[in-house]
Amino acid sequence: MSVPAEPADARAEIHVRLERVGKTFPGRGRRAAPVVVLDDVSLEVRRGEVFGVIGSSGAGKSTLLRLINGLETPTSGRVYLGERELGALNERGRREARGDTGMIFQQFNLFRSRTVAGNVAYPLKVAGVGQPERDRRVARLLAFVGLLDRAHDHPERLSGGQKQRVGIARALATEPSLLLVDEATSALDPETTGEVLALLGQVNRELGVTIVIVSHELDVIRSLADRVAVLDVGRVVETGTVYDVFTRPRTTAAARLIGTDLRERPSPATLARLRSGPGGGRLVTVRVREGDGEGERAEERGGARPGLAHVFLAHQVAAEVVFGGIRELQGRPAGSLTFELSGADAAVDAALAALRADGVDVVEEPAGNA
Amino acid sequence: MHEFLDNLAVYREAIRQTLFIVSISVVAGGALGLVLGLVLYATRAGNLFANRAAFLIVNVLVNVVRPIPFVIFLTAIQPLMLHTIGTTIGTNAVTFALSLSAAFAISRIVEQNLLTVEPGVVEAARAAGARPISILLTVLIPEALGPLILGYTFIFVAVVDMSAQAGLFGGGGLGDFAITYGSQRYNWPIVYISVATIVVLVQAGQFLGSWLARRALRR
Repeated sequence: MSVPAEPADARAEIHVRLERVGKTFPGRGRRAAPVVVLDDVSLEVRRGEVFGVIGSSGAGKSTLLRLINGLETPTSGRVYLGERELGALNERGRREARGDTGMIFQQFNLFRSRTVAGNVAYPLKVAGVGQPERDRRVARLLAFVGLLDRAHDHPERLSGGQKQRVGIARALATEPSLLLVDEATSALDPETTGEVLALLGQVNRELGVTIVIVSHELDVIRSLADRVAVLDVGRVVETGTVYDVFTRPRTTAAARLIGTDLRERPSPATLARLRSGPGGGRLVTVRVREGDGEGERAEERGGARPGLAHVFLAHQVAAEVVFGGIRELQGRPAGSLTFELSGADAAVDAALAALRADGVDVVEEPAGNA
Repeated sequence: MHEFLDNLAVYREAIRQTLFIVSISVVAGGALGLVLGLVLYATRAGNLFANRAAFLIVNVLVNVVRPIPFVIFLTAIQPLMLHTIGTTIGTNAVTFALSLSAAFAISRIVEQNLLTVEPGVVEAARAAGARPISILLTVLIPEALGPLILGYTFIFVAVVDMSAQAGLFGGGGLGDFAITYGSQRYNWPIVYISVATIVVLVQAGQFLGSWLARRALRR
């Protein structure tokens, strides 16, 4: 159970490692049962990657982050930052470790009593950086997040997106190698969300900062993360690249969270509408995913892509795209297409069997009464 | 009116005594109250120095002492005064008692205002690696500064009010002047001049407090 779902690449250095971590909070009130927030969580974050944690609210995402910067201590298991085990450090050691870990928050948590520059300077003051060096670094960070002209404003005069950019600058002040991002865009509008995500991507690529981002928003994880862990009521049910997990969730919990995202199947109303058309063929939904169909039979095709059209043609089945779409996910195509297949029933069956034999995910839409 | 002019020196002395009692009480009581308030806030469950026993003790102490009327409080702590400052009457004795009384009152105000600071702000400071004691002093107090100043202003007015009772224990002050030279001799001008002086004092304090709070809140 404790073995990570996906063994880490031996060459990649592990930046954060959770080993069978559990966290239980005492129940509120004398008779309340203790609350298990995290249960036997193991995962590894590689240095330099963006690691997403997705889960519905209350799944334990924020607690997971707080364990990584030592603001919470696990009830069981161990948390490693590189080679260091946090539990082996005393409070002072953990405080020092926090200098190498930045954190940004959903509600920004800026100091209202300080100016923008004062907010960014705070972690530097804590770290004992002298005034001239502090000023230099604050100016550089504010230039990086595009807020140099607002240095002397107080946070209440900024928009939500600007506040979060100050939060990012503050989190990066001590030049940490790890950035923890807690639902950083959930309080922002879609456009601002895009800007903040782009900035976080820049932080990862240009500064080489490892990012662990937790969110309940699929868009956030999809656009930023390299790999993702799916958290469901305190357990990691799945870990893998965003492409793999989003295009082929292996567990029902993951499918429930992600399933509606990329595997869009027509709603019953749309199905009824499609069936009322002139075609009258059978409706099947095919998941389009790079790598599918590259099984044993791929050899016969000389390693070519499955070639849906080729299979349909070979079985003398006419296929019409009636629903679906393919988009880009981590630079690769992903999506689903619903076909209306016309031809002899036996021929359609044979074509579907051939696709399934190639490892293509095919679902026949149930015949309605329409 | 000539009685007032005859007693001008007494009046001046009364103002001096009131200012002495009030300023020492607000500063000393304010400092002690700040410490007590910080302890109340910090030892509360889930906070920086969460400690059930410490919170319980201080909380009960504050709850017991705070509602005691000042005149009775001053009488009740006479043994303590004898031990610490060696007297139970006079300006110093009254100032000592008033400082203590003000400290307990201000402790609740400090605690309440610190509790209004967003916990997320403390979280951000902790995530930056700050020590808890430094978070109390350099994050929590600045974040709550505006309301804290208004709270201290409120206590200043209450202290002026309580200082009028100093005469009962030989502490002098404007209250004593108004009673012994004023009402007891049916000399109403002296009563009203004393009242006016206290009103001016309170107004000046309130004005200063509001002005400082506005600056802290940037409104």
